[in-house]
Amino acid sequence: MARLRAPSMADLALGAPSAPLIRPKAGRDDRLMLAFVLMIGAYLVVSLALPLGFMLWKSAEVRAFAYGVVELQVDVGQGFLSLGTLEEAAPRLGLADPVDQARRSASLTAAQLFPDARFGERPLSAVRMRLSGGASDGVLELGGKAAASGEWVEAGPRDLRRLVLRAGTIRSLGNYIAYFSNPALTNSIVNSLVVSLSTTLITVLAAFGFAYALQRTCMPLKGLFRTIAMVPILVPSLLAGLSLVYLFGNQGLLKGLMMGSSIYGAPGIVAGCVFFTFPHAFLIIATALAISDARLFEAARALRTSPTRTFFNVTLPGARYGVISAAFVVFTLTITEFGVPKVVGGDYNVLAVDIYKQVVGQQNFAMGAVVSVILLVPAVIAFVVDRLVTARQVALLTARAVPYAPSRNRALDASAFLFCCVVAGLLLLVLGVAQYASLVKFWPYNLTLSFAHFAFEGVDGGGWESYFNSLRMAFYVAVIGTAVVFVGAYLVEKGRGFAAARAGLHFLAMMPMAIPGLVLGLAYIFFFNDRANPLNVVYGTMAILVISSITHFYTVSHLTALTALKAMDKEFEAVAASLKQPVTRVFTRVTLPVCLPTALDIAAYYFVNAMTTVSAVVFLYAPSTTLAAVAALNMDDAGQIQGAAAMCMLIFYTNLGARMVHALLSRGLARTQAWRIR
Amino acid sequence: MSQHTVDLSGLASHLPGSAAGDPGDAIARGLAASAPRPTYLAVADVSKRFGDFTALKNVSLDVREGEFVCFLGPSGCGKTTLLRAIAGLDIQNSGTIRQAGRDISALPPEERDFGIVFQSYALFPNMTVRQNIAFGLENRGLRRPAVAARVDELLHLIDLSAHGHKYPSQISGGQQQRVALARALAPSPGLILLDEPLSALDAKVRLHLRAELKQLQARLGVTTVMVTHDQDEALSIADRIVVMNMGVVEQVGTPQEIYDAPASQFVADFIGAMNFVEGVMLNPDEVMVGDLTLVLRRQARPAAAGERVVVAIRPEDVRVLGADAHAEWEHVNRVAVEVAAVEFLGSHVRASLRHPAFPAKPLVAQLSQSVARALQIVPGRRLDVVLPTDRLRVYEALRPHGAAAGAVHG
Repeated sequence: MARLRAPSMADLALGAPSAPLIRPKAGRDDRLMLAFVLMIGAYLVVSLALPLGFMLWKSAEVRAFAYGVVELQVDVGQGFLSLGTLEEAAPRLGLADPVDQARRSASLTAAQLFPDARFGERPLSAVRMRLSGGASDGVLELGGKAAASGEWVEAGPRDLRRLVLRAGTIRSLGNYIAYFSNPALTNSIVNSLVVSLSTTLITVLAAFGFAYALQRTCMPLKGLFRTIAMVPILVPSLLAGLSLVYLFGNQGLLKGLMMGSSIYGAPGIVAGCVFFTFPHAFLIIATALAISDARLFEAARALRTSPTRTFFNVTLPGARYGVISAAFVVFTLTITEFGVPKVVGGDYNVLAVDIYKQVVGQQNFAMGAVVSVILLVPAVIAFVVDRLVTARQVALLTARAVPYAPSRNRALDASAFLFCCVVAGLLLLVLGVAQYASLVKFWPYNLTLSFAHFAFEGVDGGGWESYFNSLRMAFYVAVIGTAVVFVGAYLVEKGRGFAAARAGLHFLAMMPMAIPGLVLGLAYIFFFNDRANPLNVVYGTMAILVISSITHFYTVSHLTALTALKAMDKEFEAVAASLKQPVTRVFTRVTLPVCLPTALDIAAYYFVNAMTTVSAVVFLYAPSTTLAAVAALNMDDAGQIQGAAAMCMLIFYTNLGARMVHALLSRGLARTQAWRIR
Repeated sequence: MSQHTVDLSGLASHLPGSAAGDPGDAIARGLAASAPRPTYLAVADVSKRFGDFTALKNVSLDVREGEFVCFLGPSGCGKTTLLRAIAGLDIQNSGTIRQAGRDISALPPEERDFGIVFQSYALFPNMTVRQNIAFGLENRGLRRPAVAARVDELLHLIDLSAHGHKYPSQISGGQQQRVALARALAPSPGLILLDEPLSALDAKVRLHLRAELKQLQARLGVTTVMVTHDQDEALSIADRIVVMNMGVVEQVGTPQEIYDAPASQFVADFIGAMNFVEGVMLNPDEVMVGDLTLVLRRQARPAAAGERVVVAIRPEDVRVLGADAHAEWEHVNRVAVEVAAVEFLGSHVRASLRHPAFPAKPLVAQLSQSVARALQIVPGRRLDVVLPTDRLRVYEALRPHGAAAGAVHG
């Protein structure tokens, strides 16, 4: 039996909270930073998350007639008789199922319901009909005037053709089913995987050899090799395709080497992709080899381990994460690559080109969206795995590691030099052939040199105007992109409080890496071209090209900025707050000046990529905003290959110039700013 | 030390004048350095959690005006968390902090009144020493000449007048530390927070700067809180020390109090070297260790008879008989031991003494070199030592403990 008793003082003391909870008051800086986080977050949502979501939504949308909600009544003189809904009547009327019927034609007239123009015994000319319906997923109209939902629309014998049921859209996986039941399309999945895996294998092996030679041997001319390895970054990827055509195509310089087989198809795609993915793999592996710990090699030597065993037991495991990361990056770049397979793919279909063909060739946007979703799967998987691997690579770095300094080894140095000569020679060959082709009068019949192809007269794609458009766009992308990325990274790294918003911003910033350019472009068509979207004013303008390029190349820029910001003392903001100085003042007086070299790096990265990108903009340019790299693609499409090569070389020299300006500025900063000298 | 400020948060006080004096009595304060000053910073019941980890557990303490207080403890004890809570950089989950009578518990750092020096100094690398110091003086409605004058004054104060035009990377670590201090002092804040400001420096520079920092603080009279894990630093520089462990305050007191009368086994172990042996209380004045009966005196919190306890004594308090000609306490707590090992420490030797009552670890005694020589302290020698009644301390047996004199700081 429970006894009631009054709560004692002790109970009250135990039940009471020990101290009041503190809700931190948001300061002016907090509010300002939150506002910026929300602004940049909103930008990424609008330029990335919403379009992609919209595309996913649209890929599961199918046109169909809403048979279920439309009731049919017929009057043969004795008042209206119900034949039930169209769904019930369909078998008797000989209608195909709602989706198939919509595929044949987007509209259905009342007269068409009776193909033999008779209703039972009577000719149609003697009957009146009425339909009810007009639900949200299909519109009923009479003489072009839409009927309200549930309203009866009546048509006399003469008006039966004017009573029209229009197809609506329904949610369905029909597009996906159609995709997977079409072997011509699904073949591309296998093809894409084959070329991507082959490219990955070849590129990683070549890049490892190259990086190893640069980091672990004493061969000469390392600086030169390092520079040459970066060349492919400066040109549109389709340049590799053009050069391959000139080398091994039907009128190719080295056609004999092909021994009868054709460059068009998988071999060409692989060769071209190896060319343009090489620098990416090289950079990652070189970094991994650079951070290996010299003490491990000293230990191996002290234990008299043979060089071969040392290589397999020390070198390789040390660079393991770098190699894996490089493999995933190359795989992603290749499977999402569009320029190379477009030029040398021939009839060997891959996913990226399928998207282009569906959208540009067949105007089948829904199927384009389906292929995009298919292409997203491997790209996202590779991205996630790469991020996991990269996180572990960072954990390998210890403060006590000693940098490795290679020692002379005549045989190793000589073979490394030879290997690098071959690789660098091949890279230069691809560039050189494009240069040569762009300069001769008429390949291969008239090989006198001329600048005629640089006039871009009578060619597709917009010629010099495209070039200047590209220049303008690349400039905007570099300036605006750097500002957005840098401020965004600053908020992610140095913001205080509102941790969830900052984590969300970081997540959004990491996403673009996993989104192929074509997929982003297609998503923009769906999203920005939708009439209901108030943002559709940017569609067909320079702005949408700038937005898509900034977003497409956001992740690498974001990571670069983060790395620089992480190196800044994490207490600068705290010191400024204690001195009652606003965070904007630390940002402009300290963070920005100190990180200026990094900001320049990001701007250069943005500029070069905006000049060379095709995939992110190929769906989005308008006649007034044609771009150089797209022009090259279109010239190639039209058979004006020499013009295309000339345009690619123009882009190359522009990017080379941009890189030189960047190098001069960086060096200038280091020389003139005394505090940078340690 | 200029003053004897004492106690807080209910710790027993045995020094005179620990009651709060009249805050307005400035003359008395000026004349008698030992008079207590009004509380400037009051931390009450502050708790802070990071996820599941409780970094601070109901921490309360007061800092008096003009006082130099050190937060001392091992890494992860919560001392930096407490400093950051005071600064508003990581605001506590509950509890209040009042500064100069104002409740600042929920304020962002820019609305509080403090200057801070971090372990890294966080000097702006792209600004000269002058620009760094002037940073906090700008945007405050001060005219340019006034700012320049204040910067000159501070440069003079830290003795770097000739280096104003240099960048942080062009001056030494010790100079950087002084610049960071000058930058924090520039707007004349009411409170200076120092987060391990000396730990990035060489040992020699650290000793020198420690003394300089103390002098500067005493001269300016600014209330100062310093976080450190270095007990020597805390003992030498602080007016009072707050010893922290696992998010709670273990003891608050003057360096002398902390060293002589550690309030807990943790403090006894953490500060200086200490022998610990297990025993059982016989009565409030006697403890049984093995077959030894030791007499105690001066216990702040007497343990009940039969309770298991840990008996502690500092190595330098173990008296070797024969070392002192006229010692009256020779007959109490006399223990016959055998020298197990002798460790040479320059001016001192440390002898490990074996006895069946503490078989796990020998008792460590610290002797001067001359005594060791005179008494021929070598391994195997048998001798008598005395454990002075007023130097023995008894703690609750919270955890199994042997003689932990190995953790010696010198």
